[in-house]
Amino acid sequence: MAGRIHMSIKEIKLMANTIRQDVIRMLLEAKSGHSAGSIGLADIFAALYFHVMYHDPKNPEWEGRDRLVLSNGHVCPVFYATLANAGYFPKEELLTLRKLGSRLQGHPHKGSLPGIENTSGSLGQGLSIAAGMALVAKRENKRWRVYCITSDGEHNEGQVWEAAMLAAKYKLGNLTAIMDRNNIQIDGFTEDVMPLEPLAEKYRSFGWNVIEIDGHNVREIIDACERSRAVFNKPTMIIAHTIPGKGIPYMEFLSEWHGKPPTKEQADEAIKLLEEERKEIEEER
Amino acid sequence: MEKAASRDGFGKGLVELGEKNPNVWVLTADVSESARTHWFQEKFPKRFVQVGIAEQNMAGVAVGIASCGKTVFISSYGVFNPGRNFDQVRVSICYNNANVILHGSHTGLTVGPDGATHQALEDIAITRVLPNMVVVVPADFEEARKATIALGERGGPAYIRTCREKFPLVTTPETPFEIGKANVYRKGKDAAIFAIGPMVYESLKAAEMLSKEGIDCAVVDCHTVKPIDRKAVVEWAKECGLIITVEEHQINGGMGSAVCEVVGEEYPCRVLRHGMHDKFGESGSPEELLRKYELNADGIAKKVREGMKMKR
Repeated sequence: MAGRIHMSIKEIKLMANTIRQDVIRMLLEAKSGHSAGSIGLADIFAALYFHVMYHDPKNPEWEGRDRLVLSNGHVCPVFYATLANAGYFPKEELLTLRKLGSRLQGHPHKGSLPGIENTSGSLGQGLSIAAGMALVAKRENKRWRVYCITSDGEHNEGQVWEAAMLAAKYKLGNLTAIMDRNNIQIDGFTEDVMPLEPLAEKYRSFGWNVIEIDGHNVREIIDACERSRAVFNKPTMIIAHTIPGKGIPYMEFLSEWHGKPPTKEQADEAIKLLEEERKEIEEER
Repeated sequence: MEKAASRDGFGKGLVELGEKNPNVWVLTADVSESARTHWFQEKFPKRFVQVGIAEQNMAGVAVGIASCGKTVFISSYGVFNPGRNFDQVRVSICYNNANVILHGSHTGLTVGPDGATHQALEDIAITRVLPNMVVVVPADFEEARKATIALGERGGPAYIRTCREKFPLVTTPETPFEIGKANVYRKGKDAAIFAIGPMVYESLKAAEMLSKEGIDCAVVDCHTVKPIDRKAVVEWAKECGLIITVEEHQINGGMGSAVCEVVGEEYPCRVLRHGMHDKFGESGSPEELLRKYELNADGIAKKVREGMKMKR
């Protein structure tokens, strides 16, 4: 059915937990891929697909759908797991990630899998694509919105700032970008590789509405997306502070986990920890 | 002889397309007047986007617009589009198979006084290597107009290359144009000159000069560099046993290379590639530059004579 999948906060938290477990299993099976960023984005993806966005898993091309552009394509395990749990394709297929003949390419490819709006993998390109979509919607008075997931590290790329200028110029109030501010990139901490701060001030000075949130707090994620809908004349950047590898202590905060998969033992431990977390969520009121 | 610039043909073609198809959009990177997209802008402001000097962003924005069912042209100078934004063209446009058509204006040596930085001489090589891409280099104003309309109707990914300078018209509104089908403007038995862009006119002039020396040249307008007209290449290889390729582009990787690939695979014969011989250009008037780098009728005739000697 076209519309929102209106899960409660608790249901979304459980869904994020499911997605994290799926990501661990996928990466273990694939023997390569990006762990930390994928795990860290689970709450945001769960909130978007199971509460915020209008979409229809049975009709991925529904004209009135909200569009999600994933710019930092390397975190696609969390994207694929979210799409499968929402019903875009069978969950069994998740374990084919990165294998020959799979629809789950190492980086997302539009046309390979239902629900993918853009091809990504080369960083810094998604915000431009999202802005192009939002511009059409604005000029043609469409009601759908565009969401763009972008990483902090890819803000090293100049193109992101070109897109930021354009989105402000055309007053794209129908564009909500969410930056995964997890502070790591391949060679280390973002502020060591190429300092990005003050990010909020930068975006404000570029003419954006900026909201900073805890990217693991589902209520804050939903609230920020709702607030962005109320700003008509400016695009919104939600800077979501996240912990890379969130919920899996041996992975948390470490840039070395940017681009590697867990071993069998590590995966078993991660699943055990996530099962414990799941029980805690279930016991919440 | 009547002269006109191929960039003007592109601009006129865009307006015609825009009138026929409400889903055609045009983006510019701060060169709307010189690349002739301003005519479209005047008529269809709601389908025109000024992105500023940001060719990478332009490519991405176009992909977003195209994903909403539009046919999108992105226009700048060839050195920047596809020169500056190759990665965006590769991943966001070609791998995405997006309905985006690149327009490279001010290509070749004939940009003239602006010098080497602005003379696109590598753009054909870097576009024709990309999967899903079509590459068209119109010979003159009329052909540029027709090619623009044909590409708009076909859809992207594609690249169309035009020039700043006015050149004599070699085609008429009635001359047929079909993507992927080379046009033969002169038949001959001794050598076949495959040319693109303004080199078609120069080659026709060269063929005229050579006929007085008893050398009978065919001249083929090979406007579609990808997919190249393999049938025409083989046919003329068989007919003449000698092919001269002429382009305002590096000899490595351009139309000449494409011809060699076909000949090498299907009907080996001698091919002499003429164009920029692994050099950058420089400032000068278009005419002076074409003379210096032997890309005028005299230079082309000289190349044909070289080929004829090797043949005998």
